[in-house]
Amino acid sequence: MPSAEVNREAGHPSPRKGRDMETIEPIIREHPFFQGIKSDYIKLILGCASNVRFNQGEFLLREGEEAHQFFVLRHGKVAVQLYVPGRGPIVIQTLDEGEVLGWSWLISPYQARFDVQAIELTRAIAFDGKCLRAKCEEDHDFGYELMKRFSTIMVKRLEAARVQLLDVYGKDTGKTNPDQR
Amino acid sequence: MAKTTAMESIVLERRDFSLLLQGIAQAGYRIFGPKIDSGALIYGELSSAADLPLGWGDLQEGGSFRLQRRDDEALFGYAVGQQSWKQFLLVPKVRLWQAETGEDRFHAFQMLEEARQASIPPFAFVGVRPCDLHAIAIQDKICMAENYPDSEYLLRRKDNFVVAVNCAQPCGTCFCASMGTGPKASSGYDLALTEILEKGRHYFLVEVGTERGSKIVDQVKHEWAADAEKEAAERILKEAAGHMGRTMDTTDIKELLYGNLEHPRWDEVALRCLSCGNCTLVCPTCFCVEVEDFTSLDGKRAERIRSWYSCFTMDHSYIHGGSVRATTKSRYRQWMTHKLATWIDQFGMSGCVGCGRCITWCPVGIDITEEANAIRRGQPGGGAPIPAKG
Amino acid sequence: MAKTPERQIQTRDSSVEPMQPVPFRVERVKRETYDTFTQQLIPMNGKGRFPFAAGQFNMLYVFGVGEVPISISGDPGDAGKLVHTIREVGIVTRALRKLARGEVLGVRGPFGGCWPLEEAAGNDLVIMAGGIGLAPLRPVLYQVFSQREKFGKVFLLYGARTPGDLLYKRELEKWRVRADLEVHVTVDQAAGGWQGNVGVVTTLLSKAHFDPINTLAMICGPEVMMRFAILELRNRGLGPQTIHISMERNMKCGIGLCGHCQFGPHFICKDGPIFRVDRIQDLFAKREI
Repeated sequence: MPSAEVNREAGHPSPRKGRDMETIEPIIREHPFFQGIKSDYIKLILGCASNVRFNQGEFLLREGEEAHQFFVLRHGKVAVQLYVPGRGPIVIQTLDEGEVLGWSWLISPYQARFDVQAIELTRAIAFDGKCLRAKCEEDHDFGYELMKRFSTIMVKRLEAARVQLLDVYGKDTGKTNPDQR
Repeated sequence: MAKTTAMESIVLERRDFSLLLQGIAQAGYRIFGPKIDSGALIYGELSSAADLPLGWGDLQEGGSFRLQRRDDEALFGYAVGQQSWKQFLLVPKVRLWQAETGEDRFHAFQMLEEARQASIPPFAFVGVRPCDLHAIAIQDKICMAENYPDSEYLLRRKDNFVVAVNCAQPCGTCFCASMGTGPKASSGYDLALTEILEKGRHYFLVEVGTERGSKIVDQVKHEWAADAEKEAAERILKEAAGHMGRTMDTTDIKELLYGNLEHPRWDEVALRCLSCGNCTLVCPTCFCVEVEDFTSLDGKRAERIRSWYSCFTMDHSYIHGGSVRATTKSRYRQWMTHKLATWIDQFGMSGCVGCGRCITWCPVGIDITEEANAIRRGQPGGGAPIPAKG
Repeated sequence: MAKTPERQIQTRDSSVEPMQPVPFRVERVKRETYDTFTQQLIPMNGKGRFPFAAGQFNMLYVFGVGEVPISISGDPGDAGKLVHTIREVGIVTRALRKLARGEVLGVRGPFGGCWPLEEAAGNDLVIMAGGIGLAPLRPVLYQVFSQREKFGKVFLLYGARTPGDLLYKRELEKWRVRADLEVHVTVDQAAGGWQGNVGVVTTLLSKAHFDPINTLAMICGPEVMMRFAILELRNRGLGPQTIHISMERNMKCGIGLCGHCQFGPHFICKDGPIFRVDRIQDLFAKREI
């Protein structure tokens, strides 16, 4: 069972807020996800960023709740889950170090579709989605840069999900026609 | 098998032809050759020259075969029927082994080789067309390969005596000239005959290919061939080469087909193909076989049977859950590209000998030469030819 | 489109008729998953060796039932035991599963070529397996262990449907703790308690840090999985001549005579089943070949 109710601004924020910017900035600049973004935008993003930590079992996102964060995982492992009645929580994907998690904050109705639970102690950089969304509306060029990057992630996940759908290891591998099963 | 020895050609008169067959029979061979049976031209056992289809010819077109009476008494006045010599060598059905359960669950055994040999006397084939001669050579390469020689084929082939008969009269679907396999036999025979009927005379020009052939022929009355007779034979065969019913441009055909696996022509031919597999049955080089295990009802005996098979069946490419080649298009493409292209990579030669059987015996008259030419021209459904692209 | 076999292994005893099965006795059976089991065979006389190379397969015959091609999954260095890992998918494999210790089945083989271990020497090695595809790759691991100094970094990337479908679970744990092997495992789907990775096996590539210039990859699994794996490996900088896959088609004779297993000009049984990707990539992309 998941641990106690998590602070709605998910994660345990780092107590040393001032020093955060020093540690976060080089990480963001070097991360492949942000590669090619100009310095001004990095500053914009930094303004919405903070260090967070999730203990094993804590949830980063919950299905149905308002999504207003995305994360860049720095350490640990999280599981993207769907709870199926009668079967329990089914893990669809795991993500770990270096991966980007969360795009529901960018697309209306800004609602998380899955549960995301830390299955190990996880440290991440959390980005305030509401704040970033406002900045995207003000500066469309900035918005475009973020959109480009998130759509690449979504496409990769979609492709992987499609292959998972094929259930290639299943016994009826050859039968694509359901009538033949 | 035999290779051509540089020996003189001899002439055998028609009236002495049956002595040739007798000589072969006396040497211990069981003779097979063309005969008419229930209105069909087949290859069956010959007891004498009287069994041959004297005075018969054939009329062949896409999807059609008719015997017709000739106005002379030629013994070999037709092209080929639906059967080929593979029915005697790569036999349609054979038991590979049988087994029975013993105290240790099972013990597999085969008929002893000596016993099998005794029950299979050496075969003599009389009337082998040059295209079929090539087909036998092709199947030799496949079935007597170094790594895994097929013992059943070997048993029937190793003492095989071959009397080839060159084609004086190609039929409507013949294209051996395009494939470089005829109408004259060049090698692989013990004796090669050209039947000549002219100026009231009926005789055979006989080229001797092996010592064995020479021994047989020595027992029959013959003369050395005169230049005029050799020229007559040459003339007949040259004319035959110019009268093929079909032609196929085989220039770079391997690259052509490899490069056109998604050509729209395949969709077009698939609309006509019934996937009946006739072409694979009559083709003298098709070698696909099925290997099946059978068991007696009491579970005490089991056997493995090998039988002719066709790539046109859904089963042929079946792997857990479905066939790899589920559409008729893919199966026709497999057959044709194998025959004309991938065969070359596999065995160093084309799989097609230009006998025309697949065209004649296709119920809807699909023509392999037309299909190949259509792909070369780049036209999906026929129509005016466009200049061939480089 | 060369059809010449990559490496033809003549370890089969050529005095035996190739279409005739040789009786072997079942010595041990181990259940791997709900539908997969590993069977260990010994020759009838109790001794005798069955030399084979990693990647080869046998035709296994159950008296009166039928015959199927199964990859050898044992240690090439231990030729006294013949080991196969079999998934129950039809009549013959079900009959194989029902064989008890001491019962007899027929073996024809070994057939086919082998994984290019000689070529891999001096390089990093990426072994990618999907589902039952780990079975023909396990002999590679055994061979690598026995001559570990010949290779650089060695990675095993293994994906299965669910945690319950993982093969060789105990051995996997042993392999994980080896210092000379990096193991990553993933499943397509898991229940909440699974602590490992979930996702398609290609996602494991991002965790393996190999030098693309000096790496050889060996992949075995469902064809779709291999197609995507090849794409990802190419994206990582591997050339198609350094990627090897194991193909599968309908097999009846195992010796290139029946014609069933043809894939373009290649007979999967004797020119394969292992192919270098550059030699077959044109065909691989075409449907229904």
